[in-house]
Amino acid sequence: MAYKRNVDRLPIIPADAKQHNVTCHYCIVGCGYKAYTWPVNKQGGTAPDQNAMGVDLSKQQPADSDAWYSPSMYNVVKQDGRDVNLVIKPDKDCVVNSGLGSVRGARIAENRRSDKTGTQQQRLEEPMIWRYGTWQPTSWADALDLVARVTARVIDKDNENDLFVSMFDHGGSAGGYENTWGTGKLYFGSMKVKHCRIHNRPAYNSEVHSTRDMGVDELNYNYEDYELTDTIFLIGANPLETQTNLFLNHMIPGIRNGAKVIVVDPRHTVTINAANIEAGKDNVLHLQINSGSDLALFNTLFTYIADQGWVDKEFIANSTFQGDVAQALDEGHPAALGGFDMARAECKMSLTDGAKICGVSEEDIKKAAEWIAKPKDDGSRRKCVTAYEKGIIWGNDNYRTIGALVNIGLATGNIGREGGGVCRLGGHQEGYMRPSDAHVGRPAPYIDQLLIAGQGKVHHIWANDHYKTTLNASAFKREYNRRTNMVKEAMDARAGATREELVEAIVAAIEAGGLFSVNVDIIHSQIGQAAHVILPAVESGEMNLTSMNGERRMRLVEKYMDGPGSAQPDCMIAAGIAQNLERVLREQGRNEYADQFKGYDWKSEEDAFMDGYHANTGKIVTYDRLRDMGNNGVQEPVVDFKDGKLVGTKRLYEDGKFTRHGREDKKALFCAGAWRGLQAPGKAAQRDNYRFLVNNGRSNINWQNWFLDKNNDFVADRFPYPFIQINPSDMAEFGLNPGDLVEIYNDVGATQAMVYPEPTARKNETFMLFGAPSGTQGNIVNAGVNELILPNYKQTWANIRKISDAPASVRGLSFKSFDYVAS
Amino acid sequence: MKRCDKLVEVGRRQFLRGGIVAAASLPVVGFAAQEAKAATNGALVDYPTARLANVKDLKPNEPLPIAYPDADAPGVLLKLGKAVEGGVGPEGDIVGFTTVCPHKGFPLAYNAESKTMNCPGHYSVFDCEAGGQQTWGQATQNLPQYMLRVDDKGDIYAEGVDELLYGRLSNVL
Repeated sequence: MAYKRNVDRLPIIPADAKQHNVTCHYCIVGCGYKAYTWPVNKQGGTAPDQNAMGVDLSKQQPADSDAWYSPSMYNVVKQDGRDVNLVIKPDKDCVVNSGLGSVRGARIAENRRSDKTGTQQQRLEEPMIWRYGTWQPTSWADALDLVARVTARVIDKDNENDLFVSMFDHGGSAGGYENTWGTGKLYFGSMKVKHCRIHNRPAYNSEVHSTRDMGVDELNYNYEDYELTDTIFLIGANPLETQTNLFLNHMIPGIRNGAKVIVVDPRHTVTINAANIEAGKDNVLHLQINSGSDLALFNTLFTYIADQGWVDKEFIANSTFQGDVAQALDEGHPAALGGFDMARAECKMSLTDGAKICGVSEEDIKKAAEWIAKPKDDGSRRKCVTAYEKGIIWGNDNYRTIGALVNIGLATGNIGREGGGVCRLGGHQEGYMRPSDAHVGRPAPYIDQLLIAGQGKVHHIWANDHYKTTLNASAFKREYNRRTNMVKEAMDARAGATREELVEAIVAAIEAGGLFSVNVDIIHSQIGQAAHVILPAVESGEMNLTSMNGERRMRLVEKYMDGPGSAQPDCMIAAGIAQNLERVLREQGRNEYADQFKGYDWKSEEDAFMDGYHANTGKIVTYDRLRDMGNNGVQEPVVDFKDGKLVGTKRLYEDGKFTRHGREDKKALFCAGAWRGLQAPGKAAQRDNYRFLVNNGRSNINWQNWFLDKNNDFVADRFPYPFIQINPSDMAEFGLNPGDLVEIYNDVGATQAMVYPEPTARKNETFMLFGAPSGTQGNIVNAGVNELILPNYKQTWANIRKISDAPASVRGLSFKSFDYVAS
Repeated sequence: MKRCDKLVEVGRRQFLRGGIVAAASLPVVGFAAQEAKAATNGALVDYPTARLANVKDLKPNEPLPIAYPDADAPGVLLKLGKAVEGGVGPEGDIVGFTTVCPHKGFPLAYNAESKTMNCPGHYSVFDCEAGGQQTWGQATQNLPQYMLRVDDKGDIYAEGVDELLYGRLSNVL
């Protein structure tokens, strides 16, 4: 049954409702919204002077109206302890989305916690400690005391290697500059924790080392560049689903202006379908390459473009390194970096070889090269904007592949110029402000493998759910459960003991190979089931929060509602841990070490912002100034405050000087990375031994918000289980019908998914939803990573067997094509 | 027949860009909504009962444009040829949906091959055989479907809608 709310009317926002700036906190695009709140005993009216929109609501509103909101944009929440009506609707004046709402952002209101409407009752309200065989609520003082006492037993001034930390590094959601600073100051300032990892990867590292090493920051353009360009070149990206309003509000206008579109993806996507509709098939080129062959394609394109002379000689001479090797290949650099000629020689690949490895025609590669680089008839430079994401970031040979793509942008002078840019599209927004992480080292430690191997004694987790999203997840969960259970059993055995006795029991279990797990999150996550202490955090809208989007646009999301129970901002929780560590260490006479934990006397998240972002970026940006900039904010880096406005930077490197690598000459480097097949250990063998490619990724409806959406009826109704798209002829061979449940298994684990027929899928090539609460794709991703510990989710092969007919919960679902067809 | 001009205009713009909007540009038949006087402070809005068509007016898999609950709310009746969710009539295969996309109010077009309502604005697809479930798209609602009743004479009446219609904060204005 399709889920229907049976809502036939909504309260009208009164003219005097409070308004708050909101940037959607789910994906990197950061669409502008406005939150309206007003008392539950008041309502607006249909007359223009009676409602916030100022229009006559007794009439049907037209398409693209600013004066309509859906039931998903409404809720009743607490504000300053009182129930208020809440509407969060897209902001027409925000240049990012111009009033468009995505299927995710247009449900922000519905995904707030409400005692009245019952939404998001899964949100954590109180700190909890594992007691009497389950989690029991307690005070912050009690919970933080236990965390500090156990943690203090395993760390010392000169050795903090037994403390493992998993911490988000992103903006949006519950991230942002305030919270990355809070956790960063604790673990990289007060401490120098080496054993740490980020929310979506098993080490503390960049996802895009090579572009940075080449001098090119990965977010260098302005979204407007899509509207000004001649060619949009998309690699391993599906922006209609995962950067929806960037696609609809910027790429589509560019396509309608005549831009050609190249998409490199082993899979047909809705992005390609929409591009075909808008541009016409003659202006869209889908390079449906063999999984993992991107590097061969880019090196072939680079070679061909250079051979044709379609390079920007002046740009290469003025803005790139002149010479041979600037950075030699070594353990921290999986390819040498240096001058154009050196890289060209090293990357050389013929059309014949490239076409063969990639499984596409030479003609199509030539066509792509022409669309990217061939000067126009009048000799002028062709503008091309290049955007990539997880298809290559989580794909084969991360370092060289991204480097090879940036090579093309540099060779054609398409970085730092209008209608250009070579950028990642991004997942979360960004919002990183931390003390240096240099002590972590490069390559960074492979945290998941160390935990599996028995290392680590205390684990602090900040909004990470390895159980759902890590690789080699079968092994990780098995071992993590075993080690944390040792501590749970020890705690159970000392029920009723004093704090001192309990700490001794925990430490004894740790010394015997157990692991003490502290989980900071907004919900009780899957890895949180293994926790001994759970600390409830607030998220965007329940605190003031700053982040920047995929074009470096920084905004302040204003707090518009209370957090659940006694939940706190992560930065304040980090401060609480620091203060408790200081107290406990001093109590133990470790005064010198205790002194390191001073400096957290923040009263609010704004203090954390001033201590972190403000103090470290030229002391220009404040909450008041950001608030005044509204939902259009300011593009980082912020360089000035003039005439009452923050002054930002429209695009990076317009002066032709490249700085991301920190080189004094400010010259960009080329990447000399030759093709070398599937790079990560175990991948080629898996490909040779299992039938189906299990490509994987996200879907429009629940991308970046599944942690909340598992409790959202509209979403759970659409996809109760993760889908696996399979070609109908493969389905027939296995006797599969739409909705059947299959087990997907290989040498490292197994998982399950719901069969979704997909005629455009190539035979033996499937696509499974990643990150599902009810079917972890990472169970079947092996432990093999690219150099610098970059996980390689995309190249996964497995076999499939049917385990169940379609369960009742999926029998009424639509199993039709995702593709829009013009009638 | 009074239609919402801007909706139709958006449809024309989409048509010029290549998206054809069949249902919204056909003349409306069968609309006969009475003026309904809402009862004071009801928990639900009072929907008018409106005769939309007779079962004989419907041809298999051909959309019949109608409007409900008033002339500014275009919709469609469909005879799908198999019993489906919310279906009425002798075969349980007659359904009715709004043709205004619940995302941004663009006029939907019926695709007879897939039996889906498709939005030329932002590529959303709604499955008429699955209660209007959004197969893929940007809307945060499945497609509002009419609660239908067929009487002894084969007259098809609409008596309610199961989701909020785009462009109105009360389904009955």
